[in-house]
Amino acid sequence: MRKVDARAKVSRRVFLQGSAAAMPAVAAGVSIDAASAWAQDAKNLSPNTMATLARMARDIYPHDRLADVYYVKAVAGYDDKAGQDVAFRKLVETGVAQLDASAQQRHKCPYLLVAWETDRVALLQGVEQGALFKKLHGDLLVTLYNNKEVWPKFGYEGSSADKGGYISRGFNDIDWLPQV
Amino acid sequence: MATFDLNDDSVVCIIGSGAGGGTLGNELAQKGIKVVILEAGGRYEIPDFVNDEWASFGQLAWKGMRTTSGTWRVAHDFPNLPAWIVKAVGGSTVHWAGASLRFQPHEFKARSTYGAIAGANLADWPITLAEMEPWYAKAEDKMGTTGTNGIPRLPGNNNYKVLEAGARKLGYKEVHTGNMSINSQPRDGRGACQQIGFCFQGCKSGGKWSTLYTEIPKGEATGNLEVRPNAMALHIEHNAQGKVTGVVYVDAAGKQQRQKARVVAVAGNSLESPRLLLNSQSAKYPQGLANSSGQVGRNYMRHTTGSVYAVFDRPVHMYRGTTMAGIVRDEARNDPKRGFVGGYELETLSIGLPFMAAFLDPGAWGRSFTSAIDGYANMAGLWIVGEDMPREQNRVTLDPKVKDANGMPVASVHFDDHANDEKMRNHAYRQGAAIYDAVGAVRSFPTPPYPSTHNLGTNRMSANARDGVVNKWGQTHDIKNLFVSDGSQFTSGAACNPTLTIVALSIRQADAIAGMMGRKEI
Ligand SMILES: Cc1cc2nc3c(=O)[nH]c(=O)nc-3n(C[C@H](O)[C@H](O)[C@H](O)COP(=O)(O)OP(=O)(O)OC[C@H]3O[C@@H](n4cnc5c(N)ncnc54)[C@H](O)[C@@H]3O)c2cc1C
Ligand code: SF4
Repeated sequence: MRKVDARAKVSRRVFLQGSAAAMPAVAAGVSIDAASAWAQDAKNLSPNTMATLARMARDIYPHDRLADVYYVKAVAGYDDKAGQDVAFRKLVETGVAQLDASAQQRHKCPYLLVAWETDRVALLQGVEQGALFKKLHGDLLVTLYNNKEVWPKFGYEGSSADKGGYISRGFNDIDWLPQV
Repeated sequence: MATFDLNDDSVVCIIGSGAGGGTLGNELAQKGIKVVILEAGGRYEIPDFVNDEWASFGQLAWKGMRTTSGTWRVAHDFPNLPAWIVKAVGGSTVHWAGASLRFQPHEFKARSTYGAIAGANLADWPITLAEMEPWYAKAEDKMGTTGTNGIPRLPGNNNYKVLEAGARKLGYKEVHTGNMSINSQPRDGRGACQQIGFCFQGCKSGGKWSTLYTEIPKGEATGNLEVRPNAMALHIEHNAQGKVTGVVYVDAAGKQQRQKARVVAVAGNSLESPRLLLNSQSAKYPQGLANSSGQVGRNYMRHTTGSVYAVFDRPVHMYRGTTMAGIVRDEARNDPKRGFVGGYELETLSIGLPFMAAFLDPGAWGRSFTSAIDGYANMAGLWIVGEDMPREQNRVTLDPKVKDANGMPVASVHFDDHANDEKMRNHAYRQGAAIYDAVGAVRSFPTPPYPSTHNLGTNRMSANARDGVVNKWGQTHDIKNLFVSDGSQFTSGAACNPTLTIVALSIRQADAIAGMMGRKEI
């Protein structure tokens, strides 16, 4: 059967045309690290806050097949939003501060530096009912999963009418079912 | 294309251009009756549709505020989106998947077949299957339903093949690619299905029937039908004798207008139709129009639904081809030995990755959730469509506080699952999972109901005026020249997708209205 090519193809053109939710351009090859350029470039939120948001995003929806860049892109818009909306900025900063405080208490380091995902998830469970978690959890459904660049990595092919539908592209090509 | 004067009081004014309203409009226009359809949404044609779930939702869906209460999970997961329906010319027939099934005989006789069920407000329809058969036949011909009129069924896609193999292994007998109002071959000036796979986003090939590009242009071609998009009806007016005289609406420019009318037919879908009747209250009708029984808005039904998605160790690519690609009908019978009355269908369903993330298990996070999404390419899926119990307290009311941009109170939807609904859903979850297990599923997910796509029952038909809102013609018991022409007429929901029945009722109603007008009864 026809498989979907899930290799990374970072095409700036596709990305810019991509998801309706205007996503800020972030260079490929980034990682979740407060010292990295994308976090340092934030105008309204601190590098630690930006990197913590991206780490939270990965811990909420961990997909080992997705490089950090997609999580970074998924939260990048929060910086602009924080510049426009004081209440939102406060929500983000307080939320991150709370998470860091509980990380300090349990692990003697900020959330970002807690080494095991299980430990970070336990910390997230403690803030699950908080405003920041709820906001991020909901927004990611669009900013992460509605990014057309991630679709092929899950084997989803997106728009099909422009390619003539699937009538000649494998709508019935399953070949492993037991005969009935 | 005709345009009619606002003061032309000889027209039939229909509110809503979906399955019910769009069909009624064309049928009346074909008989030479002048019709104005007011449609709250805009007009988007086939080239405007987009193969992109969220972008299409933004374009076509009814996104206006609604409120919810009750124990149903939708109120928790989607508190302001109780229903997934369209606000555009064509109504929800732009989104719909095309499954077109007739009721079974007993499903018109819910009360006498199922008996008195505690906590349910069951009633028999004032019509029988035998009476409906000729109208079903006309509807199937109009819509080009596969498996009827010598029209071949559609070919099965990957998602169907998994369902079929599993169902046959379990011993199910009535398994096929359905009765779909989707062209399996060119018909009625429309091409055949290209297996595009975005049936819910508006069919880009036009292979799927929708009033948008069938009934409406045909009606317009007669010179007797005017469709006014971006025209949101606010209330229906009446005269001192109590007969309705016209509809007040907000036009595209935001200005209030009044369309006079000889007859008014409400077809805004089961949330908006009762909202409009309730919002039309007056000194003469303090409880709202056609509501002397107090039943307007009550007995809201949404089918007992849920989905089962299953992951296999090898690829399926369920999203390729028709969204609803096949059906298992064996559980549709009424067999109280299973622990519930009524039955259900299992129909393949596929949603794209963005909707899967939103709907698979709303609120979930972490590896249990993401590993399921990781299996997307290897997933197959089905949807449960079961008969739910009408209940008086499951109802649409006017929200006491929240108003829309026009100052009209929004619809507030209360729903509690009946114990019968829950037993049926759990049975269906088990059978659905068993189908997939039979062909090697490694994991399956009992996915909770989505915002309601089948909204029914809020202005129900009844033989007796005190038990419902409309008679067997969809004519309100209280006001002779006021009709209901959409799914809100349903007395019971049956174990089948509703649109074929809505369309059949509209064709039949057009005949009745034309007769009554001819005899000057209305
Ligand atoms: C995703 C999806 C898949 C579906 N699949 C199937 C299927 O496979 N088979 C099936 O049988 N059914 C299916 N349905 C259900 C089907 O679409 C509906 O049952 C059917 O369209 C309902 O017809 P209706 O006339 O009651 O309302 P609609 O078709 O929803 O039309 C109502 C129209 O009235 C307009 N309106 C509302 N209020 C006002 C107002 N105040 N003023 C002016 N206009 C107003 C709305 O904007 C809308 O356009 C599906 C629905 C969805 C959403
Ligand atoms: S699968 Fe067929 S019916 Fe569905 S959108 Fe595509 S062409 Fe239309």
